[in-house]
Amino acid sequence: MDSLNTYLFIAAILFSLGLFGVITRRNGVAVLMGIELILNAANLNFLAFAKYGGMNIVGHIFALFVIIMAAAEAAVALAIIINIYNNFRTINIDDVRELQQ
Amino acid sequence: MTGNMIMDYSLLILFLPLAAFVIQIFIGKRLPRQGDWVSISAVITTLILAIAMFASMLIGHDPEFAQEASFTWLDMGAFHIELGFLVDNITITMLLVVALISTMTHIFSIKYLEGDIRYSRYFAYLGLFTFSMNGIVLANNLISMYMFWELVGVSSFLLIGHWFEKESAADAAKKAFLTNRVGDIGFFIGIMLIFSTLGTFVFSEIFDGIAAGKMGGTVLTFAGLGLFLGAMAKSSQFPLHIWLPDAMEGPTPVSALMHAATMVAAGVYLCVRLFPLFTPDALLVIAYVGGFTALFAATIAITQNDIKKVLAYSTVSQLGYMILSVGTGAYIAGFFHLVTHAMFKACLFYGSGSVIHAMHHALHKKHDHETDPQDMRNMGGFKNKMPVTYWAMLISTLAISGVPLFSGFLSKDAILAGTLSFASHHPTHFLLPVFGFGAAAITAFYMFRLIFMTFHGQPQIAEIADDIHESPKEMTFPLILLSSMSIFIFYTLPYFNPFSDHGWFTELIIASDAAVPGNPSAHYIAEGVHHAHYTAMALSLFVAALGIFLSWTFYYKKKLSADEWSEKLKPMYNLSLNKYFFDENYNRFLYQPFLKLSGLVAYIDWDLYDKYFINGFGRVTKVLSFFTGRLDYDGLDQTIVDGIGRSVRQAGGILKFLQTGRLQSYLLFALLGVVIIVLVQSF
Repeated sequence: MDSLNTYLFIAAILFSLGLFGVITRRNGVAVLMGIELILNAANLNFLAFAKYGGMNIVGHIFALFVIIMAAAEAAVALAIIINIYNNFRTINIDDVRELQQ
Repeated sequence: MTGNMIMDYSLLILFLPLAAFVIQIFIGKRLPRQGDWVSISAVITTLILAIAMFASMLIGHDPEFAQEASFTWLDMGAFHIELGFLVDNITITMLLVVALISTMTHIFSIKYLEGDIRYSRYFAYLGLFTFSMNGIVLANNLISMYMFWELVGVSSFLLIGHWFEKESAADAAKKAFLTNRVGDIGFFIGIMLIFSTLGTFVFSEIFDGIAAGKMGGTVLTFAGLGLFLGAMAKSSQFPLHIWLPDAMEGPTPVSALMHAATMVAAGVYLCVRLFPLFTPDALLVIAYVGGFTALFAATIAITQNDIKKVLAYSTVSQLGYMILSVGTGAYIAGFFHLVTHAMFKACLFYGSGSVIHAMHHALHKKHDHETDPQDMRNMGGFKNKMPVTYWAMLISTLAISGVPLFSGFLSKDAILAGTLSFASHHPTHFLLPVFGFGAAAITAFYMFRLIFMTFHGQPQIAEIADDIHESPKEMTFPLILLSSMSIFIFYTLPYFNPFSDHGWFTELIIASDAAVPGNPSAHYIAEGVHHAHYTAMALSLFVAALGIFLSWTFYYKKKLSADEWSEKLKPMYNLSLNKYFFDENYNRFLYQPFLKLSGLVAYIDWDLYDKYFINGFGRVTKVLSFFTGRLDYDGLDQTIVDGIGRSVRQAGGILKFLQTGRLQSYLLFALLGVVIIVLVQSF
């Protein structure tokens, strides 16, 4: 097993775990954590490609951007969750079904 | 006068009365004097124009004068109809006659219909009639003649039924219209036979076609007889004469204009115009119909007591003369008689109108609404009370009886000479002159009977005699004018011989040759008439004198009692008095069977066909509809149409569970989609 595939495999597992969290968690904050996992899986891929795939510095810069974006995203998402809590008095996203109608 | 001017004048003569009609029918009632001056000035203008045309004809002195103008009316490939006008000497003379009588009628009507509830409408219809009659006179083709022919029928219907509140007037109008329909069918068949063979409606082209042998034999005979059937109905020839006496229900001036002088002459005019196309067989039929009508109607006129009925039957008889002359080929004599007859018969009708007017007012004053103002048995001794009427009627009576110095003598003599000449060429047809001379004798008899009964002797109803007065000037003026037109001199100018038929008329109006090959030429006929002239004159003088003498002994001197003789000849008297039971027989043998047939047909149609077939059909349809309804509603609608809806709803019911509103499940589906795409991509 060569090194790139190892990285990619780990990143895939990380992505799957994140996705699983996003889909199954009822707690909004936990869903947010799943999204962080997905983003970090992507970061891992960027870095792996930077080292082995010839992306070089571009991969590193992309990873940095993703981290910045993840921070911004976390800020916005947490604000949404606080708003949800203010409106529904819960952060259980199963109870937030306004879209149904 | 140039040709263009002639055409312009003709068009003005044609359309002025129509304009008067339009004005009268729409705003006549709101005009001062109910607008009678509109109509009267229109017809007086036409009279002036007609006189101008007539004068130019006399000055031009061209017997061959003819002017034709036409325009395309309908053009559909091979089917091409031209309408147009033909102005020749016959037309000009006829236009003058129509304009003159029409003007006189308008003037006469001012007083006669004073205070009538439909005064303006009456004048409107007179205008319509004058328009249509001028149209017939001017037509140069069968189609426009047929159209104006129908218009004349309509205006006749409207005027006979002027007092339609009276049931008899309404019935008479219907009778006239329906009897004319019978003739019109024949007319139309004739037109179609000619058109289908020759492909044209224009007179001159028809004659050319026949002369070229493109049409002939039996077809042409039938076409001619068809056209003659139209003339028979319009000119009230036996056996279609029944409508004319009844038409006397109309106002008397109308009777004078239409049912004596002009409209009934339309049939004769048609025969005169179309003379060249009649085959010898058709002419023979025409001659016999005319001759028989002349005698037959005269025998009815003897016993009638209604002054207008006498004149009506006398008109039928005189029209028979004209038709007879067409049949014998001397048709110009018939046209001559048409012109002279128009003058004296219109005058006689105005005279009778004047008498009836006087009677009516006298009776009205006595509040007598029972006595018939038209019955000659209630008159007598009016000679001194109404001198103008008396002299005018006497002059016209002398003219119609064929007394020398008067117009009727000239024209009747020409007709009788024609029959004599015809009979001398064809001895088997000796009956035709017998009809002619017999009718002449009877005419003289019954016309003087009318004069004696009305104007001579003692008043039959003494109490009204004092109230009989001469009619106003509007009524006596036409009488004076028209009775003077019965003097021979107006027809023999520039000559003054009252026994010779030479004059402008015979010089300017000449017969055209028959188009049918083998028919005698106009020259040949004229020769024959010329030869028979003096024999006919002697004979007609004799029969007229005989008739007048008999009338004088019966009704003036009363040496012979009319009552005794009618007792002696009871069966014949009754036949004549009851008009040969024509109406009754038509009723019994035509109308009643027809009504029964109609009843039977109605029974079959309504009680059998409608009730069983149509209604049965309906019932079957109803049952079928029930089943198809069920099939449609229960089967199609409930199962298929609603079924689709239901299945869609059920599917929706199932599918709606997918719409959880949970973002996570949407995401899951998105993921599933991605997985499926990846899988599809990789295989």
